[in-house]
Amino acid sequence: MAVHTANAPAAESAAKKESKLAGLAKFRELGLLAFILLLAIGVQIRNPSFLTIENVMDMATNTAILSILAVGMMLVLVTRGIDLSIGATLALSGMLVAQIVSASAGFSPLLAVITGIGIGTVCGLVIGGLVAWLGVLPIIATLAMMNIYRGFTYMASDGKWISSYQMPESFVGIATSSVLGINTLILIALFIYIAAYYFIGHTRTGRQIYAVGSNPESAKVTGINEKKILILVYTLMGGLSGLCGVLWVSKFASAQGDTASGYELSVIAACILGGVSIAGGSGKLSGVILGAVLIGILNNALPMMDVSPFWQKGIEGTIILGAVLLNAAVKRGVERNHLLRRRI
Amino acid sequence: MEPKTIQPYTQRTLEADRPFSAKQFFLQWEWLLAFILIGVIALNTSLSPYFLNISSLRDATMVFLDKAFIVFPMALIMIMRDIDISVGSTVALSSVVMAVAYNSLGVPMGAAVVICLIVGALCGLMNGLLIVKFKELSAVIITLATMILYRGIAYIILEDQASGSFPEWFGFFGWGYVYGIPFILILFILAALLFGLLLHKTTFGRHIYAIGHNDVASRFSGVNVDRTKVIVFTLAGLMAAVTAIFLASRMGSTRPNIANMYELDVIAMAALGGISTAGGKGRLIGTVIAVFIVGYLQYGLGLINIPSQTLLIVVGALLLFAVIVPKLNIPRFKK
Repeated sequence: MAVHTANAPAAESAAKKESKLAGLAKFRELGLLAFILLLAIGVQIRNPSFLTIENVMDMATNTAILSILAVGMMLVLVTRGIDLSIGATLALSGMLVAQIVSASAGFSPLLAVITGIGIGTVCGLVIGGLVAWLGVLPIIATLAMMNIYRGFTYMASDGKWISSYQMPESFVGIATSSVLGINTLILIALFIYIAAYYFIGHTRTGRQIYAVGSNPESAKVTGINEKKILILVYTLMGGLSGLCGVLWVSKFASAQGDTASGYELSVIAACILGGVSIAGGSGKLSGVILGAVLIGILNNALPMMDVSPFWQKGIEGTIILGAVLLNAAVKRGVERNHLLRRRI
Repeated sequence: MEPKTIQPYTQRTLEADRPFSAKQFFLQWEWLLAFILIGVIALNTSLSPYFLNISSLRDATMVFLDKAFIVFPMALIMIMRDIDISVGSTVALSSVVMAVAYNSLGVPMGAAVVICLIVGALCGLMNGLLIVKFKELSAVIITLATMILYRGIAYIILEDQASGSFPEWFGFFGWGYVYGIPFILILFILAALLFGLLLHKTTFGRHIYAIGHNDVASRFSGVNVDRTKVIVFTLAGLMAAVTAIFLASRMGSTRPNIANMYELDVIAMAALGGISTAGGKGRLIGTVIAVFIVGYLQYGLGLINIPSQTLLIVVGALLLFAVIVPKLNIPRFKK
């Protein structure tokens, strides 16, 4: 009994020591949402044309490709990997499909999309094979394949652009047409998010991806085919990049050798802002979509606030670094609280 | 994470005790690299009559050696099982600050060069400090963020302008000769010797290998892991600034978008040189040979008018080759 009373004040002081940051952790997505809202209100005060339906739709259209890629990247990051080759895969698929449609005008848009997905899937499969079968580190494998795919794109293009007048109306229509007043890009992104939501949360394979990411050894012991999961993840990423290649070329009505160069960084940034852990095992679709929205708003709002375009990269870098470090600090607080609780 | 055994150490002592064996000696990664280098030179010679003469081979080094300075610290970083992808941005930022200090702030060029080195070292120091303070974040993610940040600062400073008109003597770094040998080649050899001594002959170098094998065990054995990491990342920033000086001198001006994707070439050269991406293994002599392989390949392909984009494929393929071959378990053909 005496021991108990002696312990009580200690426990109380320990509880007081609980990090305030930990409270934040439970509402991570809410925090991000609040930040986005504050940013939107701030921009709205500076420029009243920011929150018009037209501009919001415009932003959503511009963010659609980024948000589609972010889904695939999230899965890759969840398995403790990283994919730096998606910009190059996107460019290669976009370039090849653009060449096909400009050569044969009768090529149907649907077939073009499927071709693009096919090219991307093959690209992703190669990376998946390198990572899963040959055990090459993801960063090295994708760095190498990024170079190779980018080189193929330049070789295929022969240094020339394919511009809008070479593309049939129907192809450009893939990304510029709208259904019920909503741009097709937004609809495609919505469809992908719904499919991913079902796949990640409600299928066995989807859950296995998280199992492999949080603890590869236990996953193996449980009987999960780790290699199959890794190949699947990189193939999905490749397929999504291939899809986005077609959408990108159709949206901007031009295919170049350096299309989407460095775009992988924005995609990774969106994932990290959305709370996907680079150490694997954790990441939510809701976070990723907020991360993509934040990057989309930054890209749209900074020019609207008359911020020089040359500041954009610096601001983006600062926000990413800040978010990553804050995330780490919050996690530390949570872990400290867990330790304190155990002591009691 | 599977526990790393201390086997490499015992192996090493055994190797030292074992009598010299010619078979063992020639079955080393570096010999494979040497053969590739000879192959590259032979290929280039057969493709272009202008390739194989001393002055051509000598002057080619002025073009490709600039980024080679970063390969050494990158090798050290990779041996510690980390990576630094911000070096290209560090090159851009430090050269831009140097050019602006000279052109807009009226700093004398000599001082501007020193400022360039300081800025580079500070960039590296920041990487290192963030990496040791936030151990739960991998070096990939921190240097990814600083990569965007450093280049972003370079854009803020210089926007889309180029800044040049350096004094005439500054061109000596990129184009100067000392007794008929390019100045950059001399400095490269000096840097290779210094880093080789640092890695292979000092306690500091042994600590780097130890951290690469098992950083927790190293800490318990009294290695100051944090200090070692910070020093090595600072060195990477410093050498990136050296690259910036040579690059700015060779090109006569600088822009915020220079040295784009340099990190890729540098990592490719280090991996090709036999630095294991899984940490703990590799020797500096291999990276020196790898630098010349990639450089002469680039130069030779340029001579026969193969577009530089094709080279992307070659560098990517070489990088894959370097990381896959040791995994194929060809008897004893290991790094």
